[in-house]
Amino acid sequence: LGLSGARVVVSRSFADFTPQATFDIKKCDLHRLEEGPPVKAELTREQGLQYYRTMQTVRRMELKADQLYKQKIIRGFCHLYDGQEACAAGIEAAINPSDHLITAYRAHGYTYTRGVSVKEILAELTGRRGGVAKGKGGSMHMYAPHFYGGNGIVGAQVPLGAGIALACQYQGNNQVCVTLYGDGAANQGQLFESYNMAALWKLPCIFICENNKYGMGTSVERAAASTDYYKRGDFIPGLRVDGMDVLCVREATQFAADHCRAGKGPIIMELQTYRYHGHSMSDPGVSYRTREEIQEVRSKSDPISMLKERMLSHNMASVEEFKEIDIEIRKQVEEATQFATSDPEPPLEELCNHIFSKNPPLEVRGTSPWSKLKSVS
Amino acid sequence: MAASLRCFLRSGKNTVSALQRRDFHRSAPAAVQMTVRDALNQAMDEELERDERVFLLGEEVAQYDGAYKVSRGLWKKYGDKRIIDTPISEINVLLQAGLRPICEFMTFNFSMQAIDQIINSAAKTYYMSAGLQSVPIVFRGPNGASAGVAAQHSQCFAAWYGHCPGLKVVSPWNSEDAKGLLKSAIRDENPVVVLENELLYGVPFEMSEEAQSKDFTIPIGKAKIERQGNSITLVAHSRYVGHCLDAAAVLAKEGIECEVINLRTIRPMDVETIETSVMKTNHLVTVEGGWPQFGIGAEICARIMEGPAFNYLDSPVTRVTGVDIPMPYAKILEDHSLPQVKDIIFSVKKTLNI
Repeated sequence: LGLSGARVVVSRSFADFTPQATFDIKKCDLHRLEEGPPVKAELTREQGLQYYRTMQTVRRMELKADQLYKQKIIRGFCHLYDGQEACAAGIEAAINPSDHLITAYRAHGYTYTRGVSVKEILAELTGRRGGVAKGKGGSMHMYAPHFYGGNGIVGAQVPLGAGIALACQYQGNNQVCVTLYGDGAANQGQLFESYNMAALWKLPCIFICENNKYGMGTSVERAAASTDYYKRGDFIPGLRVDGMDVLCVREATQFAADHCRAGKGPIIMELQTYRYHGHSMSDPGVSYRTREEIQEVRSKSDPISMLKERMLSHNMASVEEFKEIDIEIRKQVEEATQFATSDPEPPLEELCNHIFSKNPPLEVRGTSPWSKLKSVS
Repeated sequence: MAASLRCFLRSGKNTVSALQRRDFHRSAPAAVQMTVRDALNQAMDEELERDERVFLLGEEVAQYDGAYKVSRGLWKKYGDKRIIDTPISEINVLLQAGLRPICEFMTFNFSMQAIDQIINSAAKTYYMSAGLQSVPIVFRGPNGASAGVAAQHSQCFAAWYGHCPGLKVVSPWNSEDAKGLLKSAIRDENPVVVLENELLYGVPFEMSEEAQSKDFTIPIGKAKIERQGNSITLVAHSRYVGHCLDAAAVLAKEGIECEVINLRTIRPMDVETIETSVMKTNHLVTVEGGWPQFGIGAEICARIMEGPAFNYLDSPVTRVTGVDIPMPYAKILEDHSLPQVKDIIFSVKKTLNI
């Protein structure tokens, strides 16, 4: 069967597939909640393919970043998200583009789900002018409308997220702010200050802890007096969610968003997830965990495989269809890589720009008193 | 011989004591090559052994061997009680009554999470208690720019900490500096901030026989003249001492002899050494990686102006500094954000009106 033959089969196939199915999902552990999200999730064929595409794109993009880093084309810090795709995809599926999201430095996946192209993400990683931050931000500092990065200091993004939620409340726009942090950040004092204020003022803030079991090289047991991260908000209701299942994440996020929009105040979600790579590209990731553990998660709980198997077993799509999507994504990532490796670096004239907003041009001191540089807003 | 020694040493094994027992020529003492990382490691190892009250705490310092491997092997040797992995809670900078903690910040950028404690609890306590409560604590970690780590991970805190009475602040350049200053810091009864540099960790430097001793310390508050010269004085700290020496080598070919001063200590600053030098050379260029405003160079300018050396200046002092912007990520922009050797050479010539 030639390639053209396969294409003909696929394009006529949609009528044979199940358009919608219902799946059992894991029940969430609840804290200070009478009821939780539903234990069944409905998935249309369209949605399934879209979630697959999103997660697979993030996966391939991160693996490409790994490659480029090893080739020294990406430098500095690079914290990869492969394994955690269901979190970003599931959250985005349950919120609106007009909602807000902020996360820490493992941010490439969210940068994508919040609307930035793979091309602009990779070009930012390679430090080129076509990058989403014009090459000035790098891996940890990518932004988009209603996406506030990309933050380098552990935990610092959480008070910022509570602040964005305050703005939503202030403006009465019925929007929510999804504020993400990791299990390592969960022990930062500033989180508890944010919990207090968000609860006190009933801010529409969804605090989400992506618990991937390790804060750099320190396992959760060695860092936290309580590893029930969904309970750490004390007076804030919480959910513990299977973060490897995109449907579970979606249902939980939907539940959380409804909670906030109803004016009930903040809520905490703990997503139990896993990262295949080490903490960053400088960490092989095997000094504090075993290769067997990583392999086991890969073979039994991979988010992309899980979704694919569900759809195949319910005849919602074909193997060929998934293969085609994979090929398309590979092509897309290759093209983005081409751009990211050939686009020129930012011009030197950019060096001092963007210090202040809406400011008349100012003079900036260079490395010596004779070096007077120009900065525009 | 030297090459194999270097390889052996870089592998991390401690051969220093073995070498000391050997008999070499009667002429030069047996110097060895040691990286800054190993020098810091040796300093902590020796002080942990010397005083039971000394212990190390920080993120990833124990089982991970240190985020930058500076504490490699220490947990294996000293165990959980002396080498402690902490959660990510910088503000838990402990006032451990009677103990002598070494607090590692993974980078000094994260110290801002704890800066209230460093200033208000550590720096001011001995004063506020009129001598009742001392704070023998060391804060150490990498400071300043690295390579490609972008705006939030590249700041130099020398000026910030150097501003505060009650703190001592040191900034080592080479391996001898690193070992000697860290040991002095640990033995000091006061809070000492040790500003290391990530890019220097892997660089090998010569360690004199004297520096290899377990009791080798470098006094806090004393600068060192790394290179003598008559034409102009260059003052720097940390990585930029190396840049100044490189610039001096190039300028020497043109007959310009730079005197290069390695500050070693930011606070209390050894202004006297700078003044003596300026009174000889009549010209001064300061070099730092930090931002210009309210920085190390600015302080040196003010102090020179207030003292006897002012009348010996034949031209205003020149400050070579980082560019006054947050650190960009793209390599071309980052390279242009920090002083290069050519910037120092340019500034020297401008200052000398050549």
